[in-house]
Amino acid sequence: MGINLKIFFTLFLTGMCLQAMAQDKLFTRTGTIKFVSEAPLENIEATNRQVASIIDKKTGEMRVIATIKSFYFERAAMQEHFNEKYMESDKYPTASFTGRITNLQDINFLKDGKYDATVLGDLTIHGVIHQQIVKATITVAGGQVSATASFPVVVQDYQITVPRIVRDNIARQVEVSVVMKYELINK
Amino acid sequence: MNKRILAKWISLVCLIGALSIIPQLTQAQDDLMNMLQDATEDSTEINYTTATFKTTRIVTGHSIELPAAGVLQFLIGHRFGRLNAGPYEFFGLDQATMRLGFEYGVLDRLTVGVGRSTFEKTFDGFGKYKLLRQSTGGRKMPVSLVYFTSVALNSLRWAEPERENFFSSRLSYTHQLLLARKINDGLSLQLTPTYVHHNLVPTTLDKNDIYAMGAGFRQKITKSITINGEYFYLLPDQVVTKEVFNSASLGIDIETGGHVFQLHVSNSRAMIEKMFITETTGDITNGDIHFGFNISRVFTLKRKDPAEKKKW
Repeated sequence: MGINLKIFFTLFLTGMCLQAMAQDKLFTRTGTIKFVSEAPLENIEATNRQVASIIDKKTGEMRVIATIKSFYFERAAMQEHFNEKYMESDKYPTASFTGRITNLQDINFLKDGKYDATVLGDLTIHGVIHQQIVKATITVAGGQVSATASFPVVVQDYQITVPRIVRDNIARQVEVSVVMKYELINK
Repeated sequence: MNKRILAKWISLVCLIGALSIIPQLTQAQDDLMNMLQDATEDSTEINYTTATFKTTRIVTGHSIELPAAGVLQFLIGHRFGRLNAGPYEFFGLDQATMRLGFEYGVLDRLTVGVGRSTFEKTFDGFGKYKLLRQSTGGRKMPVSLVYFTSVALNSLRWAEPERENFFSSRLSYTHQLLLARKINDGLSLQLTPTYVHHNLVPTTLDKNDIYAMGAGFRQKITKSITINGEYFYLLPDQVVTKEVFNSASLGIDIETGGHVFQLHVSNSRAMIEKMFITETTGDITNGDIHFGFNISRVFTLKRKDPAEKKKW
């Protein structure tokens, strides 16, 4: 065994380790979360395009953070009420999700395709934590990993109170949809 | 081949391998969240204070709030007669003055507006510019500051048409600085130094330039209801030939979806600055109190998501 081979072997192993560290996490800070409230008097929707998320491909652990003030509404007044009266975003500036892909074995991040993923975790909104199971679709295309999901959120569950006077303007249950395009972390 | 060198190499490889595993072993669940927080938290981000007041008026006077860019606000103000007018006048409800107004957010920090009051058939136009925005985070600003300017045009027929009258005599100007701070979620305070210029005053004893200091507050009672108050102190010996009083008002704001209802009592009857600040004739101690309300409705004419714009 020549010394050159040994150096090569060492570098190769070290490289593998570093590679593995860098490439086992997927990250985005431009994910989109949209929610729609359908009520008798009006439909309201809001979009946040600055959502951050990270997935550990090895463990299936997944995290999401959304800044409440980054939800954009068509009407400025609605956005102000959303932050001021309902979400109290000065007190609870973010909503977050801490979960895990439970069927990680079914997902091959290296092979192009669509994979159904079940994500189980804790959703924190308005300072209140609730367990949430989310059926997500993970798409791998040309090395690019993206994820989409939609699920309902019951407003009452998160201690968000809607005054009686606007009861017909705001739905009891809003539909949340999520679109994330992940990139490998390169550090 | 020296065995010692080989052993050295192997141990080095093992060490590097072990070191590379350490971060993964110590990486508890929260580390992933911390990583995400570190990556997204931007300490330079400025967090502007919003909703210092529910709407663009505290009671009758302007607040530091402006309609967002592209938003048109329609405002109707009503002031009834005096409560002490008694049952014959239905406690003032038989006589009403009103002002209809539109104001439009040209920019988030710039508003222009027009209005017409039945009181003295007055037209008014105004501009409002937000000079400072209260904020925390990357830039800390303790207060919001707005410059307000308006011109009022009295369109009553000339009292003495036979003499030479000038159009300029119909005009009055107001300049105000609105200085406000949202102290906490519930309480906001505002100071309003005011300067009013009347082109025409009744006699030479009366000042053309009038100075006043206003103060206002709002306190939240529930998420949708606030108590508001304002007071304008008129410096003495400025308005002489007419007996005038400081304007004092107290009211509540009730916010529903797209409307804000403001109900209040005040010794002032008119709804534009030059009138309620310098020409209030109601004496509170005498029971000269007017019931009134404002209704505002906002219409979003155009709006753009700032995050969407960033992409281009």
